[in-house]
Amino acid sequence: MNEVKCECGHVNPHGTILCEACGKVFEEQSNDDKKLLDMRYEGSARRSQTYNKTFIDKIWNFFSSVKVGVWLIVITLVASALGTVLPQEMYIPPVMPASEYYEDQYGWFGKLYYDLGFHNLYSSWWYLILVASIGVSLVICSLDRVIPLYRALKAQKVTRHDGFLKRQRVYGVTQLNNSEKPYDTIKERLKLKRYHIREEDGNLLAEKGRFSRWGPYVNHVGLIIFLIGCMLRFVPGMYVDQILWIREGETKVIPGTDSEYFLKNEKFTVEVYDKEKDKEVFNKALEKSGMVAKNYQSDVVLYKKKGETVAGEEAELEKVKDYSIQVNKPLKFEKFALYQVDYKLNELNKMSFKLINKETEKEFGSLTVDLYNPQTEYELEPGYSVNIISYFPDFQFGEDGKPMTKSRIPNNPAFVFEMFTPDKPEGERSFVAIRQNIEPFGDNEYKMAFNGIETKHVSALTVRKDLTLWTIGIGGAIFMIGVIQGSYWNHRRIWIRRKDGEVIVAAHTNKNWFGIKKELQVVLDGTGIEEPIDQSIDEKKVNEEKVG
Amino acid sequence: MVTLSANLLYIAFFLYLIAVPLFGGAIRQKKNLKNNDKPNRAANIAIVVSILGFISQLGYFITRWIVAGHAPVSNLFEFTAFFGMCLVGAFIVIYFIYRTPALGLFTMPIALLIIAYASMFPRDISPLIPALQSDWLHIHVTTVALGQAILAVSFGAALIYLVKVVDQTKTTKSSTWLEVVMFGLIATLGFILVTSTFSVQGYQADFNWIDKNGNESKMEYRIPALIGPNDGALLTEGKFEPLVEVPAFVNAKKLNTVVWSLAVGLILYGLFRLILRKRIGAALKPLTKNINLDLIDEISYRSVLIGFPVFTLGGLIFAMIWAQIAWTRFWGWDPKEVWALITFLFYAAFLHLRLSKGWHGEKSAWLAVIGFIIIMFNLVAVNLVIAGLHSYAGS
Ligand code: HEM
Repeated sequence: MNEVKCECGHVNPHGTILCEACGKVFEEQSNDDKKLLDMRYEGSARRSQTYNKTFIDKIWNFFSSVKVGVWLIVITLVASALGTVLPQEMYIPPVMPASEYYEDQYGWFGKLYYDLGFHNLYSSWWYLILVASIGVSLVICSLDRVIPLYRALKAQKVTRHDGFLKRQRVYGVTQLNNSEKPYDTIKERLKLKRYHIREEDGNLLAEKGRFSRWGPYVNHVGLIIFLIGCMLRFVPGMYVDQILWIREGETKVIPGTDSEYFLKNEKFTVEVYDKEKDKEVFNKALEKSGMVAKNYQSDVVLYKKKGETVAGEEAELEKVKDYSIQVNKPLKFEKFALYQVDYKLNELNKMSFKLINKETEKEFGSLTVDLYNPQTEYELEPGYSVNIISYFPDFQFGEDGKPMTKSRIPNNPAFVFEMFTPDKPEGERSFVAIRQNIEPFGDNEYKMAFNGIETKHVSALTVRKDLTLWTIGIGGAIFMIGVIQGSYWNHRRIWIRRKDGEVIVAAHTNKNWFGIKKELQVVLDGTGIEEPIDQSIDEKKVNEEKVG
Repeated sequence: MVTLSANLLYIAFFLYLIAVPLFGGAIRQKKNLKNNDKPNRAANIAIVVSILGFISQLGYFITRWIVAGHAPVSNLFEFTAFFGMCLVGAFIVIYFIYRTPALGLFTMPIALLIIAYASMFPRDISPLIPALQSDWLHIHVTTVALGQAILAVSFGAALIYLVKVVDQTKTTKSSTWLEVVMFGLIATLGFILVTSTFSVQGYQADFNWIDKNGNESKMEYRIPALIGPNDGALLTEGKFEPLVEVPAFVNAKKLNTVVWSLAVGLILYGLFRLILRKRIGAALKPLTKNINLDLIDEISYRSVLIGFPVFTLGGLIFAMIWAQIAWTRFWGWDPKEVWALITFLFYAAFLHLRLSKGWHGEKSAWLAVIGFIIIMFNLVAVNLVIAGLHSYAGS
């Protein structure tokens, strides 16, 4: 590789624009050119600016271009916005399939939206590719810049080439024969301003905030870690997302825990704000909006299985803790968390019937059916008994006209009872559903009369395990550190060069020029060395005048 | 205490209102040529008035917090008013870095508009629903408001830059768009005037209408219905009959409000043009005469640099922490979340363009304007139009 040796003796890598040590301009015009230097990345040798031959070079150059990076960001931005035009599939009510819903609700536009796949935009392959490309671009552009930048900042010398100084944005020359005293004052003042000072041959380089230059790279690393964290979700075992519907009084195994943990729901409560009991200041708002929920809470007991159990054997449970799960207060154990997400009030739980003689209305005992676990036989008064022949927890008539059940939840329970009585020892059958009593084999003498229900609240809990949170959190934290590092500090350098009765003052900062100029003003005040001027303003003025 | 709180907000509003002409005066006063960066007396009075206003609004905030038992950032009114307060706060801090009264002249009216806009929504102290009962929510919301406010200062500075730099004697793309931005601000004023005028009169007109599922329901208009609901029948006697009717999937009431605001905005704009006999931007131009373009460009950029990390922290990181606790997952592609992401991506693009592509000055100013539009879109449109989990119970 053909390295570039500068007249100051420093050997620069191939592709260098400004000598890493003294800042001499290698490429383009002469060193005396009026134009200000482009100080980005210190004019160091970046791979992307140096090689463009092989396929890999081309890929590298594509992704290391900020122009490409910004385009990727902008396209992602626009795509994200498109996804908010209509609700995403996960937010539509489950009344009908998405393929019908969009057209039904939003007409042809909805259909188009659905056909383009925008109803699931954020998990579409092209959206993921966009995000992934940003990730790739981040890595490549950072690598392309950070090493050369590090080299250049490390190798920089105190004494800089005149051409380099002259073409700094903030630059001034003062004719002064005896510069010792002002020089010392300036040095002291710069130290007070926490500049790090290096001297060489009576020249000076004051520098501070160099670490802020690493801010962008730190934040890009944070972003990459964050994105990796997001991808980890697809690794098996990292992520559990289950829902657990659990009735009061019920003990259920917690899904996703390999039957290790069990949960008992003691009680579910819904509270609403009450004008009498809660703060008076809420009254007006409550009058307007009616009921406002105050609390959803499941009082639960967490159990852990004790020892090993053979399949079929009842597990022996050990209590771990009591807890009240509320919205915003999940129950945490091991890597899991249980969240209050939904509920159903007053779900049917038990139903009671009494056996009566239709004519005399005389009762012969009653029975209570546990709708989740019905017995098949019920003994009533001596000589009287009832069997349940069929049970439909969520009854409806099927297409063939036969009774069937939609689900195992007792939303609309129906039974076929067989009643045995001394008069009818062979039994009478009846089909009983809510407000229905069908006697399939003609008139019965007895019937099962409805005798009340027992309801229970059901609580829905999300079972979550998310082992990716650590990575995501660390990525986020590093990102924040990097952004703050790069935004709230800036890298300032002030050069003072003394030569032949002249004092040159030049300064550079990566941002916040106002700040560095103000600092220079204070540092130079009364020393006899003139404040340098901002050449970019002059440059602009000249241009403006030219334009008119 | 509730009245005290409300009064403190009125006082704050009033003080901000006085501060605007004071900043105007500060600009007109000849500067001490020698001591260029020392502000003059009018500027000192203006900033003191602004600070007093800020303290008063802080008083409103604290008293309301005490009364309600939670930080008053939990409905649209409270959040927007807080956003306005943060904007004033951010301006004050940045004023003390750069000492430019012109920034006050442009940001204080924006803050005023925002606070007035806020008060168009129900101001009752509302109890918190379970999902909102979390410290993280309050941390998240206040940080977001602060971040957005700092970014809004960059909009104020960008506006100054554009007013000064855009040649408004000719009709160009820039001068037209600048007028569009001005019109946007005036239309907001229109919204405030319309809403408050009819609310003072207690206007109410009820309609029966047929919603998109074919069910009959009732709709209450608080301003006369130019746009009526689908198959609407006016129930309240003697009220204005709608001029047009829209299909059921359009929210007629909101569209009606928008039409009213734009119409009144247009009338106001027409009046201004008639009186000023030039573009609004051109009329404001003399106010920016003494402005150093480089300085105002830097203020705009600096505000983005300061605001971007704060916004990211509040709008994404704290938001994710809260979402993880309240909604079981840190991210759910809810429209409000997505628009926070869009804001984030936009300002990231802004920073890259500025740092690596050298987009300074006018280009950068336009970006700051677009950024502010995105923020306002998230605050206004996403809450009122694209309702999601976050949408506060506004009407
Ligand atoms: C969403 C994604 C991204 C975010 C949030 C982000 C964030 C940032 C931030 C905050 C800065 C500092 C800017 C400043 O201090 O003014 C920065 C700098 C930078 N970013 Fe990114 N970035 C992202 C993507 C990219 C991509 C895709 C590229 C590649 C093309 C890229 C290339 C750069 C470069 C070259 C710098 C300047 C580094 C320097 O001056 O030393 N960024 N980025």
